[in-house]
Amino acid sequence: MVKLDVNGRPEEVAAEEDMPLLWVLRDKLGLTGTKYGCGIAQCGACTVHVDGQARRSCVLPVGDVHGKKVLTIEGLAQKPEGGTVSSPVRLHAVQQAWLDENVPQCGYCQAGQIMSTVALLAANPAPTDDDIDAALSANLCRCGTYPRIRRAVHRAAAALKGEAP
Amino acid sequence: MRPVLWLAPVAFAACTPATAQPDRTAEGKQAFATVHAVFLHPRCRNCHPAGDAPLQYADGRPHAQNITRRSEKNGLPCATCHRDKNGTRPNQPPGAPHWHLPPSDVRMVFEGRTPRQLCEQLKDPTKTGGRDLARLITHVQEDPLVSWGWSPGPGRDPVPIPRPQLVDAMKTWVASGAPCPD
Repeated sequence: MVKLDVNGRPEEVAAEEDMPLLWVLRDKLGLTGTKYGCGIAQCGACTVHVDGQARRSCVLPVGDVHGKKVLTIEGLAQKPEGGTVSSPVRLHAVQQAWLDENVPQCGYCQAGQIMSTVALLAANPAPTDDDIDAALSANLCRCGTYPRIRRAVHRAAAALKGEAP
Repeated sequence: MRPVLWLAPVAFAACTPATAQPDRTAEGKQAFATVHAVFLHPRCRNCHPAGDAPLQYADGRPHAQNITRRSEKNGLPCATCHRDKNGTRPNQPPGAPHWHLPPSDVRMVFEGRTPRQLCEQLKDPTKTGGRDLARLITHVQEDPLVSWGWSPGPGRDPVPIPRPQLVDAMKTWVASGAPCPD
């Protein structure tokens, strides 16, 4: 039995310790927002955060995250403080920027793109284009939405600093 | 004549040190050839690149996905993909504890270094993060990331020279005065 915290909820999962975290998220916990792309940490579609750091969940055995905090795309939006169960969630600034810039085309890679962008902005709140390339070149997009991704990153960075886009 | 006869052996002794050691320079240079061969093996060289991008494979091509030292500063550390141990399936990323490049201010470049260049670099503490030769030997002997070079996981050739042989060569090189090849 593996114990972990997923999006703020404690979970106990009956799984072999070498099962990839991605399998646990999708098949055991029903969190299908995180996608399977390559299975060898080459494409970034499966990116989640473990204790605040971006990790490729397709090559991360769930035994490695025992007792740790996992954040997936489903946990990124937050309910407002004091909200009820039925209160609408407030999108993360990166998610809102993705909508505002109409970033996704097919959408398959976008959960990973967004999770990597959140990690980027946590490390560097004001990234240049070169910084964005350094952080996000490991997240592949077969639709080629890279120009819109770059614009959305700048928009989200401005929003997080309280600036108008 | 008597004083001269008495002084002659003293003068001879002063010119011939009682603690004279055999010249081990050639032995040291030969030992360093082993050090150079290991350090420039792809398993070692690939994470000691001349530029900011780590290298991959035996041919030392730049790391895929535009990975550089800049990536780490932008939320993409090596540990995003590289665990503290090798993946068990083919083509998964290799891994070892504290997988990382040398820092940008102590780059410890191996790629392209001639034996003499590498030798002079290793003897300069400003280029080894303050490590002297004894600490370099300890690093090579004990560091778990260095260990990975001999157990690199499926699909990768390990360093062909055994680790104890490398350590012995480093000790021989240091004991002989750490001579640099010509």
